[in-house]
Amino acid sequence: MTTTLVMKRPSEFRQGLQSGIAIAIGYMPIALTFGLLAKTTGLSISETVLMSMIVFAGASQYISLSLLAIGTAAFEIILATFIVNIRHFLMSASLNEKAEHDHPFKKALYAFGITDETFSVAATKEGTVTTGYLFGVTSISYGSWVVFSGIGHAIGASLPSTLQEAMSVALYAMFVGLLVPSMKKHRKVVILAAFAAILNTIFIQVLSVGWSIVLATVISACVVELVSQKLGKEGQNHE
Amino acid sequence: MNSTILWMIIGMGIVTYIPRMLPFVALSGINLPPFFQAVLKNVPYATLGALIVPGIFTIHEDLWFGIIGAVVAFGVAYLGANVIVVVISAILALSMYSFLF
Repeated sequence: MTTTLVMKRPSEFRQGLQSGIAIAIGYMPIALTFGLLAKTTGLSISETVLMSMIVFAGASQYISLSLLAIGTAAFEIILATFIVNIRHFLMSASLNEKAEHDHPFKKALYAFGITDETFSVAATKEGTVTTGYLFGVTSISYGSWVVFSGIGHAIGASLPSTLQEAMSVALYAMFVGLLVPSMKKHRKVVILAAFAAILNTIFIQVLSVGWSIVLATVISACVVELVSQKLGKEGQNHE
Repeated sequence: MNSTILWMIIGMGIVTYIPRMLPFVALSGINLPPFFQAVLKNVPYATLGALIVPGIFTIHEDLWFGIIGAVVAFGVAYLGANVIVVVISAILALSMYSFLF
C-alpha cells in the first residue's frame, strides 16, 4: 500500500507547483498593475522587473512607488519596506515548525519565497511540508509575479477594467478557500480566525497594515491558546 | 539604470529577506517550549482571518463587491470545493455582477 501511494503521488515539487496555481492567478492582476504604475512613476522596465525579482513583496512594492512619486528618500522607503514586511517573521517562525527538517541553507533559499500567499498555502497543508513542496509553491508564485510585472510595464496597461475589478477578489477568495476546510474540522480555527479578523479591523484604524496584522495575529493566537488550554484541563483534549 | 533606484531596490530586498529567512535559520533544530509551539500552530489561522478581514471588503468602492465575493467564496469553499474552484467562482460571480450593474 505504501508503494502504490508513493507511486501515485506526483513529486513534492510538482505538488507544490499545483498548489501554487491559485497564487499565480491571483498575482497576475496585481503584478500587471504594479508594472503599469511603476512605468507611470518613471521606473524603467529593468528597474521594475529587478524590483519584483529582488523584493518579491506586493504591498511594499506598491508603497515604494507611491513614496517615490512624492520624492521620499531611499532610506525612508527601505525603512517603510522593513516595517510592512516584518510580519513575515511570524509566518516563517510558524512555517518552520511545520517544515521538514533540512539543511539551513536550503531553508534560507526557500525562505526568500515566503509571502502572505505562499505561507497560507503551505501552512494550511495537511501534515509536514517538504522542501520540494515549498520550492514548488514559491517558484510558480515568484514566476508569475516577476513575469507579469514586466508585462504590465511593457504593454503599459492592466486587464480590461471589468475583469481587473473581478480579479481583485482572487487572493482573498484563495485565503477563504484555504481557511474554510480547517474551520469545518476545528471550532478552534473558527475562533482564531474570527478573533484575529475583528482585532485587525479595529487595529487597522490606527496602525499601518503590517503592524495591524502582526498584532491581531499574535494576540488571537496567544489568547485562544491560553483559553483553550484552560478549558482543556477541565475536559480532556482540546485539539 | 539609475543608481539610487538600484541601491534602494537592493536595500528593500535585504530588509524584506531578513525577516523571512531568520526564523528558518535561527530556529533550525531548536525545540521551542510547548506553549510557543502551540501558538505558532495557531498563527496560520489567525493570519488568514486578519488577511481576509477587513481587506476583502475594500477591493472596490462598491461594498457589494466585497460582500458578494466573500459570500460566494465562503459558500463554495464550504461545499468542499478545491481552492482553484473557489477562486474562479468568486471571479465569475463578480464579473457577472459588474456586467449586470
